[in-house]
Amino acid sequence: MTLAASNRSPILRVAMSRDDLMMRLGVVLFAVVLLVIVGLPLWSLLAKAFEDRDGKFVGLANYVSYFSTPALFDSALNSLHVAAVCTLIVVPLAFFYAYALTRTVLPVRWLFQGISLIPIFAPSLLPGLALVYLFGNQGFFKGALGGPIYGFDGIVIAQIFYCFPHATLILVTALTTADARLYEAADALGASKLRVFFTVTLPGAKYGLISAALVVFTMVITDFGIAKVIGGNFNVLATDVYKQVIGQQNFSMGAVVGMVLLAPAAIAFLVDRVVQRKQVALLTARAVPLIPKPKLGRDLFFTAFCTVVAAGILVILGMAAWGSLIKYWPYNLSLTLANYDFTNFDASGWDSYFNSVEMAVGAAVFGTTLMFVGAWLNEKTREFYLMRGIVQFLAFLPMAVPGLVLGLGYIFFFNAPNNPLNFLYATMGILVVNTVAHFYTVGHLTATTALKQIDPEFESVSASLKVPVWRTFGRVTAPICLPAILDIAIYLFVNGMTTVSSVIFLYSSDTKLASVAAVNIEESGATAVAAALCIVIVITSAAVKTLHVLADRFLLGRLQAWRRR
Amino acid sequence: MSHLEVRNLSKRYGDFTALGDISLDIAEGEFVCFLGPSGCGKTTLLRAIAGLDPQSSGTIHQKGRDISALPPSKRDFGIVFQSYALFPNLTVVDNVGYGLVSRREGKAAVGRRVTELLTLVGLPDAGPKYPAQLSGGQQQRVALARALATSPGLLLLDEPLSALDARVRLRLRHEIKALQRTLGVTTIMVTHDQEEALTMADRIVVMNQGAIEQVGTPQEIYRRPATAFVADFVGSMNFLAGTLVAPDKVKVDGFTFDCTAQDGLAPGAKVALCIRPEDVRVRDLPTDIANRVAVEVAELDFVGAFCRATLKVQGTADVAMTADFSSNLIRDLGVELGRKLDVALPPDRLRVFAA
Repeated sequence: MTLAASNRSPILRVAMSRDDLMMRLGVVLFAVVLLVIVGLPLWSLLAKAFEDRDGKFVGLANYVSYFSTPALFDSALNSLHVAAVCTLIVVPLAFFYAYALTRTVLPVRWLFQGISLIPIFAPSLLPGLALVYLFGNQGFFKGALGGPIYGFDGIVIAQIFYCFPHATLILVTALTTADARLYEAADALGASKLRVFFTVTLPGAKYGLISAALVVFTMVITDFGIAKVIGGNFNVLATDVYKQVIGQQNFSMGAVVGMVLLAPAAIAFLVDRVVQRKQVALLTARAVPLIPKPKLGRDLFFTAFCTVVAAGILVILGMAAWGSLIKYWPYNLSLTLANYDFTNFDASGWDSYFNSVEMAVGAAVFGTTLMFVGAWLNEKTREFYLMRGIVQFLAFLPMAVPGLVLGLGYIFFFNAPNNPLNFLYATMGILVVNTVAHFYTVGHLTATTALKQIDPEFESVSASLKVPVWRTFGRVTAPICLPAILDIAIYLFVNGMTTVSSVIFLYSSDTKLASVAAVNIEESGATAVAAALCIVIVITSAAVKTLHVLADRFLLGRLQAWRRR
Repeated sequence: MSHLEVRNLSKRYGDFTALGDISLDIAEGEFVCFLGPSGCGKTTLLRAIAGLDPQSSGTIHQKGRDISALPPSKRDFGIVFQSYALFPNLTVVDNVGYGLVSRREGKAAVGRRVTELLTLVGLPDAGPKYPAQLSGGQQQRVALARALATSPGLLLLDEPLSALDARVRLRLRHEIKALQRTLGVTTIMVTHDQEEALTMADRIVVMNQGAIEQVGTPQEIYRRPATAFVADFVGSMNFLAGTLVAPDKVKVDGFTFDCTAQDGLAPGAKVALCIRPEDVRVRDLPTDIANRVAVEVAELDFVGAFCRATLKVQGTADVAMTADFSSNLIRDLGVELGRKLDVALPPDRLRVFAA
């Protein structure tokens, strides 16, 4: 023994219990799963962008040709332009709507809130279709916008509809966390209403506004359905990826465009992370919640404002619904259900709808299990910091990755002949896995937040009572987190029903989804049928969400009597 | 034989030493309190003993068995947390029986044991309720019953009373102590409340900055604090700065006080001369009493049962001390602000620490 070593008592190596060992194995397994469904597909995409059509490494040649092709490079500028304009319109609109919902006294507030959420349940091509009916070449108000709807204007209007609920949700949360005493203090100091708005309200919602802006920006840049339906000759990044891959079968160039598409989304994501980290809890435990008092003038103004916005949403939805019921637009406006007989327009008929339901249920079941168990393993495993850090990174990655990019990565990774997982390609399985991966981050965050709210000593108590961790997981942790688990499942189901972008590269003739079928049908010119499919999707996901709300209110109350005092 | 033997226990986080070379023996059936300010390492030590946050080095033996490297589930203890950590979705019966069910005892046997435990903690009818329907004190008793259910050899209590209001806390102090005495279970309680430690513990371990300052019975800790930190932390104490002029004499600003002989300190050393406020004598002072000084009442704070007086020692610049005067004494001697009187500091009540 050396002298230096004998000075210090030996460092203790603690034996792992069987629980510790099992949980570490679980974390490793979970990391491998995330690597396969997120990490490796993205890596394949990255590698593909450096290869030519024959798979030979060509360095930056693809990038050079991308940036020297004006048509392609213009798309990137178009994307940025559209995204910037949409952000500038949606964020103020959503802010005042959220302000009305949280800070004024609205009649039928719940109805206004409900209507604002409707677009979430629709595939993104629905507003595009509605705009075709309203302002298209044969539209009701043709020419009312002073030019053709196909292109920049159409994309912007449709994106406003599509992004509005997401921005509103974020801003409602930001505006709900207000301390009434700040307003009382400002009043007592004699500040004018306008000054209070600029010195108390706006700074309080600052982080929400930044977050909402980044979310809208990212959604617009990465969305594919709207640009596809109403973009006309106005090319954007998302449609370029599709054209390169499906149209020209140029996978390498598709990968390059995908990487370009990844950049703004990833930057927006990183900015949001940095901003969120700076945010401190505005609402301390001692804060007094703000309850708006009636004020006639203000309330009337905001009721009118919300009515106009809500009417806009309902007109777009209603136009799509009406269009789907019309015999032959615009010549024969009599009503018919013929457009809902999908077999006449698409080989898969109603099968695509049932495929969608099957896929959405599969994603909800498989995804919720993976997300909750995974988040639990990562939260509750003792030490093992490096591996848990890797898992955390992989779980956050999908947030920054547009669906089209992930879908493209899936082609390269799972379709590679030497991949043992190749058998998944073109099955329902790969659609489920892809959807789970695409929407992973939000579910993981929901589960992690719920788990963090539970007393961390439950596991210590269980260990002292010699009860294995998995039993405490089943008897205590999971039942307590049931509301969060349901939230995740519904989120996955709704997104599974409406998603287009990531699955459009991955379906086969047997596994075509309703949202994808709608894109194909619209391409063939049968707008009414595409609208009909979108309406079926809206009804299904909205019905499931309504069931969830009812279950939350009535069933959970009965099952979880322990929550009552 | 000791129930628990802790040897050279250290816990480091990077460069920070949370526990430095702790050694401690705890006898079978003993009630020991770890007492200290927040951040002193008392909870860290408890969690190391439980195996929840293992030590960096050092050993722990329980009943002769080396448990130093064992995970919590392989150790023999029951634990109660400040948050109670009751499972909110399980009834009181299921909470208390949580550790029994997994030992595959018969259902009837588990039921009997749970009833017995609930009676023991004074909640025989709480069985079908959920934790949220109980008061804080009741929840704490359920947590205690759950920890005791598997008859552990060692009971660990981590600030069990801190979250309760004052009245309930007082009552539970007695109940927990009585229960512990009945069951004879070796118990370690972590607390920052000196009164709690003094009333409940058989022995107190006073900790500061990751090290043990003193181990002793409540009387020893209070009467003969081993360090200035203990003297200051437990109870109230006057600190008078002075110099040791002889083994049993301390000079404070011109006055020389007699004290017990100090072995560990060399004459000429800077020291603190300490006396508790209640040990300052006022009544019936014999003329030849040691350490007699003339003082003036500079402040008088009414505290309820007694008054705490600040006394300025006459003939010094700023030597002052506090003394506790009962209401009777104040009436009898007519104590009031500005009143001059003589007090004595009994040599056997004086403590001297290196400054």
